[in-house]
Amino acid sequence: MVETRDPSQIRVVVGMSGGVDSSVAAYLLKKQGYDVIGIFMKNWDDTDEFGVCTATEDYDDVIKVCNQIGIPYYAVNFEKQYWDKVFTYFLEEYKAGRTPNPDVMCNKEIKFKAFLDHAMKLGADYLATGHYARVEERDGEVAMLRGIDNNKDQTYFLNQLSQEQLKHVMFPIGDIAKPEVRKIAEEAGLATAKKKDSTGICFIGERNFKEFLSQYLPAQPGKMETFDGRVMGTHDGLMYYTIGQRHGLGIGGDGDPWFVVGKNLERNVLYVEQGFHHDALYSTSLKAVKMGFTSNKAKASKFSCTAKFRYRQEDTPVEVELLEDGTAHITFEQPVRAITPGQAVVLYDGEECLGGGTIDEVFKNSEKLTYVG
Amino acid sequence: METIYLDHAATSPMHPEVIEAMSKAFGQTFGNPSSIHTAGRQARKVLDDARSILARSIGAKDTEIIITSGGTEADNTAIFGVANVLQAKGKHIITTQIEHHAVLHACEKLEKEGYDVTYLPVDESGRISIESVKKALRDDTILVTIMYGNNEVGTVQPIAEIGEILKDHQAIFHTDAVQAYGLEKLNVEELHVDLLSVSSHKLNGPKGVGFLYQRTGTPLSATFLGGSQEKKRRAGTENVPATIGFAKAVEIAQSEMETKRAQYEQFRSLFLQVLDSEKIDYKVNGNVEHSLPHVLNISFKGMEVESFLVNLDMSGIYASSGSACTAGSIDPSHVLVAMFGNDREELRNSIRFSFGLGITEEMIKVAAEHTAKIVKRLAN
Repeated sequence: MVETRDPSQIRVVVGMSGGVDSSVAAYLLKKQGYDVIGIFMKNWDDTDEFGVCTATEDYDDVIKVCNQIGIPYYAVNFEKQYWDKVFTYFLEEYKAGRTPNPDVMCNKEIKFKAFLDHAMKLGADYLATGHYARVEERDGEVAMLRGIDNNKDQTYFLNQLSQEQLKHVMFPIGDIAKPEVRKIAEEAGLATAKKKDSTGICFIGERNFKEFLSQYLPAQPGKMETFDGRVMGTHDGLMYYTIGQRHGLGIGGDGDPWFVVGKNLERNVLYVEQGFHHDALYSTSLKAVKMGFTSNKAKASKFSCTAKFRYRQEDTPVEVELLEDGTAHITFEQPVRAITPGQAVVLYDGEECLGGGTIDEVFKNSEKLTYVG
Repeated sequence: METIYLDHAATSPMHPEVIEAMSKAFGQTFGNPSSIHTAGRQARKVLDDARSILARSIGAKDTEIIITSGGTEADNTAIFGVANVLQAKGKHIITTQIEHHAVLHACEKLEKEGYDVTYLPVDESGRISIESVKKALRDDTILVTIMYGNNEVGTVQPIAEIGEILKDHQAIFHTDAVQAYGLEKLNVEELHVDLLSVSSHKLNGPKGVGFLYQRTGTPLSATFLGGSQEKKRRAGTENVPATIGFAKAVEIAQSEMETKRAQYEQFRSLFLQVLDSEKIDYKVNGNVEHSLPHVLNISFKGMEVESFLVNLDMSGIYASSGSACTAGSIDPSHVLVAMFGNDREELRNSIRFSFGLGITEEMIKVAAEHTAKIVKRLAN
């Protein structure tokens, strides 16, 4: 389905956040002659007691940029869907002692589902976003490739997109490096050219994570222990900690720094050990659930590729064995540090993102590490 | 692409004669009406003439008209002005759940300051009952503020009957007639109201001007202090050109009221006829017997307003729904929530079309046909 139509005949809805990336995405599409519509998505109501919400400022920026570019703009509200599909999952995972990735879920359920449906209702041929990723025709399908800017590549968060979703997607800035994106925005005089990048989980923003989470989940303080039972202090609630974490433990004394190596939900104990490379932090394989692939083509039941277990991590060579019910066993060539249940495992073949799943169980030499959840 | 503006209840285009009158005023009447020289006197004269036109349009005296910056200021002045002056007599206020935010948010602020506010409910057609007003009235009620005709669904309230009830009560009676003014015969004597707010831009006048009618003797504190304009009830140099434009718009509206009403009634039935013939599943929100003629609020089965409005816009048809939230997305209308409760589909699938200057039967037909087409494509 290589596009043969003139761009002016192709309607593209751009998901605009009020940030520089989506601003430039819209700007480039407009320059290429597409029929572009900017839409702001409101997924979270963070209105404070003074009636101020960050969404208002972001939407104001969307308005300014769209007026500069000369495209119509609208807004759409997915607060309910976001709550049901993303936030509920987010809390459930924390309750289960895991470290969820709401951005992966948001892309799968909101941006490239509810929002894509909305765009289609507006007669759009494509949905574009300011993600650092690329799509390309390969063997009659759409392949998703890493963004050119390796430092910014966001395919990790997009790993759950299906072929049906990718067919309708454009990533206009995926083949541009971030500094160049800023430069384009500045040269075009876009209002968001110098706007700070948003950080952290979108609905928490700049706020204190602990404080935010404590509004929704009761925190149960408990003991911090080493594996051999030494009590090293108290923790504020297991949900506030993730495997491999160093900061915020407050354990002083001599020797190497202390790290979170595991959790015991039943006893409400946080396991800590000394040293970045402590043996307990290393594992050799994992079981993933909810595996999804960008391609519809049949997969071999066993194959080699590379994987990421966290955003902005170097790829690790792995062996993948696909099992029933969308699960997979993934074995690492070398032991990997701090594999964390709840996070995504994302598979790559060179530049191409193949798909991924959710890390469910972690193993060391075929023995399940019960302490990581 | 031909565009059809069906959002006259949001704001309306200026009448060419209004523009002409204002252009003339901008060029010739720059004086300050308070000045004692000829330029000032000239401005004073046209301002007084304009004020007389405004006063006559509702059967009031010239001295009873306080010219404001618009409907919101008029509503705020009425509510805060009465609450402030009469707090020794009581702190109870009665209003409805379907008021414009210029009234609701003012009342909510007073609640925070220790006033007691009763928000009367409405039935599914958007009407309050006379009984509920009687029941809510207390010895310490100082203000009753009830809108004349609703801006979202067009429902008209029994203002004269409520005025009758309040005749023998200390409470001041205010009505927000912003949406009704120009299309409903408003006579302050027949309505028994003490205060009445209107705005210019809803009836083809300029933005930024309106008035508050204040019955002689009605206690009211000023919100703006400064010069002695508007008999010290509203300080600030008068916006003479805007007031002239406003008065011109009122004159035209008064003379064409009956024709316009008949025309808009015709538009309503024509619009619905087209929907019927296209076999669209819809329902009109509002009150058939008691309605402003130019507001048509329709609930379309299986539709979502957000994509609906964008599609209408892309077809060149400008309509609206509820009130836009601060971040541009659409929050459920408090008016529809008051009528239907929190979980009815009407909150998500209702669109307001409103008619006004320049709209023709042909446009209504085209707009209804486009609407039907969009519904057929999107409804599920």
